[in-house]
Amino acid sequence: MTPRPATFRKAADAAIKGVSAIAAGLGIFFLCWILLEVGRRGIAAINWDFFTALPAPPGVAGGGMGNAILGTLMITGLATLIGVPFGILAGVYLAELGRGSRLARVIRFTTNVLMGIPSIIMGLFVYSLLVLPTGHFSGTAGAVALAFIILPVVARTADDMLGLVPNALRESALALGAPRWKATLGVVVRTARTGMTTGVLLAVARVSGETAPLLFTALNIPYWPGSMNEPTANLTVTIFNYAMSPYPEWQTAAWGASLLIMAAVLLATIIARAATRDRIK
Amino acid sequence: MSRLRQTIGDSVFKHVTRGAAVGVLLLLVAILVELTASAWPAISHFKLGFLLSGNWNPVTSEYGALSSVFGTLVSTVIAILIAVPLSLVIALFLVELVPRAVSRPIGYAIELLAAVPSIVYGMWGLFVFAPFMADHVQPLLKDTLGFLPLFDGPPMGIGMLTAGIVLALMILPFITAVMRDVFTMVPPVVKEACYGMGSTTWEVTRKVTVRYGFSGVVGAVFLGLGRAVGETMAVTFVIGNNHDISSSLFAAGNSIASTLANEFAEASEPLYLSALVELGLVLLLMTVVIQVISEVWVTRVARTSGRQR
Repeated sequence: MTPRPATFRKAADAAIKGVSAIAAGLGIFFLCWILLEVGRRGIAAINWDFFTALPAPPGVAGGGMGNAILGTLMITGLATLIGVPFGILAGVYLAELGRGSRLARVIRFTTNVLMGIPSIIMGLFVYSLLVLPTGHFSGTAGAVALAFIILPVVARTADDMLGLVPNALRESALALGAPRWKATLGVVVRTARTGMTTGVLLAVARVSGETAPLLFTALNIPYWPGSMNEPTANLTVTIFNYAMSPYPEWQTAAWGASLLIMAAVLLATIIARAATRDRIK
Repeated sequence: MSRLRQTIGDSVFKHVTRGAAVGVLLLLVAILVELTASAWPAISHFKLGFLLSGNWNPVTSEYGALSSVFGTLVSTVIAILIAVPLSLVIALFLVELVPRAVSRPIGYAIELLAAVPSIVYGMWGLFVFAPFMADHVQPLLKDTLGFLPLFDGPPMGIGMLTAGIVLALMILPFITAVMRDVFTMVPPVVKEACYGMGSTTWEVTRKVTVRYGFSGVVGAVFLGLGRAVGETMAVTFVIGNNHDISSSLFAAGNSIASTLANEFAEASEPLYLSALVELGLVLLLMTVVIQVISEVWVTRVARTSGRQR
């Protein structure tokens, strides 16, 4: 090391410490700024009708987002039903039955690549896969796009969580004469249950706030969702459409929907995190 | 008899789980094949010119990806330039400077930035942050650094710079999380040896921690890169959606993802649709390349340091 005056080095150190404190403060500041602005502007739109009524035409006061709330729940629910079991089975293969095999390594690599694919590409893919051949947008297509986003996340979480289960547990179950499937599902998966539930909850919370994959799959309509084979109303695309509209009432409604979706996702995230922290510590 | 049932049960179980796992592999293959097939009309029509032309005009059926690719790269570079150093010092603050009781809630709050949905960043970016940029930040930059072509033009609020900053905010929690791991992974003995020689905290960080965890830092950059490149909604709200390439960061532009979000639902011409899918394919290949490089990097590093899975 070249010798430098101690005062200079200490000053540089103090400066960096100051900068780092400011940087951390900046992060908190932006979080609070976003939460407060969305809260303040969103709360103005929230009333009973917001949850139960259909959207009002532009220029007409009142109206709500009941259809979009229901539609988002339906799409997210169907996506969870498709993506989660599929993902858990794949994760079980990676961590248990295929452990150490070349196939498992290739697939683990694939899940990582899939997790990095932008959500809008999933929308594009499902458009090409389901919307174009059937000739119409549908809630099901939206759910499939979300399921494809959930799938690698759940598979990877299940893989990681099952990997943490000590080998002694597997061996004791097998030594008692349990078949492989029973030892895996009844003992290993059961042990890793909390961690996997958290992973699933986080993945579902994240996709429930996704917009891009729904833009060209579920689309959006101002009516109650009928069948999942039709375009289905949903909160996030409604926010996009309303925010880009010139009508102040619609923009206010978009803030209300933003608050609702943000609160739901943050709450689910906090609950999921809190649940695992208690377990681990 | 029960022996036979066991073998059948196990065999079914093995095949079902393996089927699901192979399904993951097939999904990636299907995405590549399907998008290439849908983009084929545009690929065969424009050939390489698609990537080299900045002309995007649905009326005359001319499509070039250059402005969208340019916008994606510029906004991503801005985001990385802001988020990586910021994450490094935040991690330094959380791990080395404050006690656990303080760093836990602050670290938690920063992680929560990752849970805010993209569309909410978009709403906040368009209606709150962009006006703030136009009123305060951009005039300031123009007055001080206005001689650079980067900060030329009217301060509109929306544009490349604002998109880059919002992106930086969105990838910050992910990069910070990896940086924190890097800081905690360095063995205390190594750091203490450096302190013992009379180094300051910053010197230890710069010369020991960052070097020791260099692979982790690179991994963090790739993670941020992958996220920023494909981010859609927040960027669509604030980037301004303009197909011109400008040297000014104040100017409105577009990214691949924002072009798709804005134009896909309206595209009725088959060639238009196909050109948009080809744009998506370009984005997909960019993210896959980033992912593969970072994966290979991480496994290579894990192997040399004996932490192979």
